[in-house]
Amino acid sequence: MNLSRKWLSEFVTVDANDKDFAEAMTLSGSKVELTHDLGGETSNVVVGQVLSMERHPDSDHMWVCQICVGQEAPIQIVTGAWNVHVGDLVPVALHKSTLPGGKKIEKGKLRGVESNGMLCGLAELGLDTRDFPYAVITPAALLNDYHPLDKNKPSIPADIKAGDKVFGPVVCAKVLEAAIQPDGSFHTCLDLGGSTACPDTLCANLHEGDLVAYNTKADSICTLEDLHAQQAEFPHCIPDGIFILHEDCKPGDDLKPVVGLDDHVVEFEITPNRPDCLSVIGLAREAAATYGVPLRLHQPEVKGGAEGDLMELLDVETPAADLCPRYTARMVRNVKIVPSPKWMRERLRAMGVRPINNIVDITNYVMLEYGQPMHAFDYRYVKGGKIIVRLAEEGEELTTLDGQVRKLTANHLVIADDTRAVGLAGIMGGENSEIADDTVDVVFESANFDGTCIRKGALALGMRTEASAKFEKGLDPLNTLPAVDRACELVERLGAGEVVDGVIDILNYVPQPRTIRMDPERVNALLGTDIPAADQYRYLERVGIVTEDQSFPNSPADVIIPSWRRDVEGIADLAEEVARFYGYNNIPTTLMRGQTTRGGYSPVQEVERTLGQTCRSLGYDEIITYSFISPTYYDKIRWAKDDPRRNSMKIMNPLGEDTSIMRTTVLPSMLEILTRNYNFRNKSARLYELGRTYFQREDGMADEPKVLSVGGYGDGMDFFVLKGAVQSILDSIRISDAAYEAVRDNPSYHPGRCARILVGSREVGVFGQIHPLVAQNYGADADLYCAELSFDALCAAKGADPQYVPLPKFPAVTRDIAVVCGEEITVGALESAIKEGAHGLLKEVKLFDIYRGKGVAEGKKSVAFNLVLRADDRSLTAEEADNDVKAILATLEAKCGAVLR
Amino acid sequence: MKEQLARIRSEALAAFEQAQSAAELDSLRVQYLGKKGELTAVLKMMGKLSAEERPAMGQLANEVRSALEAAIEAAAGKLEAQALEQRLKDEALDVTIPGRKVKLGHKHPMYLALDELKDIFIGMGFTVLDGPEVELAEYNFDKLNAEEGHPSRDWSDTFYFDAGSRVMLRSQTSPMQVRAMETMELPIRIIAPGRVYRKDEVDATHSPMFHQVEGMVIDKNVTMADLKGTLNTVVEQLYGKGTKTRFRPHHFPFTEPSCEMDVQCHKCGGVGCPTCKGEGWIEMLGAGMIHPKVLKMAGIDPEVYSGWAFGIGLERTAMRRFKIADLRLIFENDVRFLEQF
Repeated sequence: MNLSRKWLSEFVTVDANDKDFAEAMTLSGSKVELTHDLGGETSNVVVGQVLSMERHPDSDHMWVCQICVGQEAPIQIVTGAWNVHVGDLVPVALHKSTLPGGKKIEKGKLRGVESNGMLCGLAELGLDTRDFPYAVITPAALLNDYHPLDKNKPSIPADIKAGDKVFGPVVCAKVLEAAIQPDGSFHTCLDLGGSTACPDTLCANLHEGDLVAYNTKADSICTLEDLHAQQAEFPHCIPDGIFILHEDCKPGDDLKPVVGLDDHVVEFEITPNRPDCLSVIGLAREAAATYGVPLRLHQPEVKGGAEGDLMELLDVETPAADLCPRYTARMVRNVKIVPSPKWMRERLRAMGVRPINNIVDITNYVMLEYGQPMHAFDYRYVKGGKIIVRLAEEGEELTTLDGQVRKLTANHLVIADDTRAVGLAGIMGGENSEIADDTVDVVFESANFDGTCIRKGALALGMRTEASAKFEKGLDPLNTLPAVDRACELVERLGAGEVVDGVIDILNYVPQPRTIRMDPERVNALLGTDIPAADQYRYLERVGIVTEDQSFPNSPADVIIPSWRRDVEGIADLAEEVARFYGYNNIPTTLMRGQTTRGGYSPVQEVERTLGQTCRSLGYDEIITYSFISPTYYDKIRWAKDDPRRNSMKIMNPLGEDTSIMRTTVLPSMLEILTRNYNFRNKSARLYELGRTYFQREDGMADEPKVLSVGGYGDGMDFFVLKGAVQSILDSIRISDAAYEAVRDNPSYHPGRCARILVGSREVGVFGQIHPLVAQNYGADADLYCAELSFDALCAAKGADPQYVPLPKFPAVTRDIAVVCGEEITVGALESAIKEGAHGLLKEVKLFDIYRGKGVAEGKKSVAFNLVLRADDRSLTAEEADNDVKAILATLEAKCGAVLR
Repeated sequence: MKEQLARIRSEALAAFEQAQSAAELDSLRVQYLGKKGELTAVLKMMGKLSAEERPAMGQLANEVRSALEAAIEAAAGKLEAQALEQRLKDEALDVTIPGRKVKLGHKHPMYLALDELKDIFIGMGFTVLDGPEVELAEYNFDKLNAEEGHPSRDWSDTFYFDAGSRVMLRSQTSPMQVRAMETMELPIRIIAPGRVYRKDEVDATHSPMFHQVEGMVIDKNVTMADLKGTLNTVVEQLYGKGTKTRFRPHHFPFTEPSCEMDVQCHKCGGVGCPTCKGEGWIEMLGAGMIHPKVLKMAGIDPEVYSGWAFGIGLERTAMRRFKIADLRLIFENDVRFLEQF
């Protein structure tokens, strides 16, 4: 919400600069986003009048102008713009002036001719044609500015002269005179080479001596468009130039007030609970309360007296009464549609609203001032003089003011006449009843509609408007009457029409003052303050919350809540009002008292922390990935089309396909990040994430099991590096009895390099090299390795707290054995056989070599282990150790066909 | 004989002195003191001496032996010391050659920031709660006093799993307030960090998934002054003692009075600079006294208990803490980024 400080000052006197004002308002609850001094960057720019102009002696496009800037002697300024004429009032940036964007103007010479400043265009002043629609420039195609695209093939001969034919009915003409008329157009006199013509034109770049293309048939001067010419062919005939002022001003005047740059705009962030602050009056009330100064409200006064009886002219029905608590309307006759006066246009512009014409501007002005959206209908198009507020029929169509055809549903509230809808209630008017230049009689609507109905209606059509944004928050029904009166008052003040006596005012609700109980002691208890009761009542009074007798008692009392403060419902709301004006920053700071609680991490959170720590100490970096993925990611990891894990929760309104389903696996997320790093040419990466997966439950919510996802590539990464990391991770939470089993059928992993981890019979996870086809799907030309460990399974398998075991008292005997076995026999199987064969003395088995080649038969391998044998109660004899080793060898042979090498 | 002993003595002592290595010394020992050594040879001739001469000669011979033995020991010690010195010299290293480092992994900066917050709150007796991300609108909105029609419930703002807008991705961690109130015993002091989801396109400051930390205290006689005091303490621990804060009125459906807390800009100290957009303050979190309606809905009597709650965006906290300019870096997970923390 933008606020013009000039407008604000009509209601409240605040003597503070923008910065202080912004801070004070922010601290009382109206957050200021930024402040803007409209003319802050503009200095030493005045109104000038063009006294005379001559072509620059040394340029084909510049003019040397003598400008009166209110001093005795005119100043000379050179300009390249062609839309300037003698008599024009123009903005003049004097020597040592500044313009928006940090531009500084100083006197100088342009092609040898002295220039004591600059004539300004709209853009140079930080304005545009939306601010001043009359400043739109339509250039004529000046034949003396013709530059052929191809020098060898000019469309217009260089020596063309008046009377020469250009094409068809278009001839070359010489401008004898171009005189500006009160409406901004130009009356011209053209020499057609013998005869003359005097067409009127909007083209602003004509001067005596210019050659133009004149259409004899249409009696008009051709624009570039008429000639189908490109801008490059007429480089100086551009729709830009100096801002010719049509304002009430005289040479020498400071330009800023002339064009409304003397205002300051404050931009507020208004929270949705305070729709009353979406208005100048609402913010004025807050400003008055903030500074503790009086609010000067204005009572609209309407003279009325126009011909006709309102009751006969207009009949309003509200069959959808519950959706239209109040409908207020007045009529204005014999309107004259003209631009609104400068002060009104300036205020609208400062608030970010584009001026259109006096009637439309009045509705916008009142909406900004009162926060009450208004609509103006052309009475001609209200068939039968009847206004009906009803629900639309399913499929009913209405063309709104923006020219769009809207297909409505039975949930849309419309304003209709006898035969058809003429507006979308609370959202936008209909094109069929729009105010036009020839509008004579106008109906002003100032109504209160149901917020939810408006919100849903606007949302369904995808057209949130300023009006609908206000209605949907819930407006004060008491505001409709003052607003419509204010509009009529403005009509009279602007002389825009005659107001018909009387008001149509339909109330479909019973206005009742609302009271709630104020208890100063409870307010202090909530805030932790010691604010005297009377002071609290005084703070409330500032925002219109008063006791019935307007006193400031020292005890609890009922207070009346103003109609515009629907957000104030209970003691907590009153506490906030008191706190706002007492000052949040004056509330003391205390530390919590009361029963102390024991803080800390839960056992499960401790496991999370341990796992993270272990991963990091192993060199893995933590990542964060999105919980939602694309369904196509399951294809990328080669899951079967009918894999039940593809049954993901689907987001009904996703941002896009890539974030449309909740992942049931963390693998694609890890692969995406690995590949991204690979594509960033990072030589290696080691990553982990403790991420959630999502599985729909019966009740619609999700099981969200966490998975420890580990991945890496490069820098020596291979299966056993990853397995080592997995083993260390298990070690860190004292899982000692994990077994590893080859997995050949996981579609995402290399069938020969993938294992599952089992603790007891429970699978804890899977890890291995990513299937080359999966890596290919991700576009990674590297061996990728991943592990997926179920966090729940890890927690379940977590080992008990350690118990001390006495250190060995007797020495161990070590024996190295090498056995030869078939290739298909796994080291795991050999180890199991060794453990099985030992007679209780074996304390440790360690693989130390696998050998194939000379001395070992084809299809066989030699596997060497280091065995540690020890008894806890005596020193072993060599004989005892040998017996054990013998038994071990026997078992190896029996179970694995492995024989001593 | 006397002369012989004297010669041996002087020759041997000279020789020992000259010895260059342990081996040489050893052969000298054999040469003079060995079974077939020169001194032994002399001693063997003792038998031929007269009984009167023998004691004196014997004594002399023993003196020579001890002198030789002592000299050998001293020479050996000297050689050993020399050898050690040589070895240490040979073993000297270029200590500027890089060590064989074990590469350490890095915590994600966002979790660094989170862990700082967790530690601070745990120190104040808070427990850490974890909760569902796929949440019921009832918990995300209704029980937090954001009624039907609240703009944040729109499909343009929130992700839903069903046409009836019943199940959604939580848009805030605040539903954890309700879950804590419904399941925990009073008094309650919790924080609940986690992922939240809003329908925002990815850019330098937005992401459809981000993280928040919710905090809540419910007890008898809890006041807004407590809220201010606690949050001030947190800020001082995060940003250093004396860090200034300010509280501004704001609006949240589930707190009343509500506020936003700003921290004085660390860059300009409150004067105003581009970092704080000229305001001198940086918005840090939203907070307030828990709305009586919310307490009531969760079965807690607002006449007896009161509480406060806050919610803080973690990404923004981390970005401010580590001066990260673009939110996309957080989710990009480039190791060159991750390994800076």
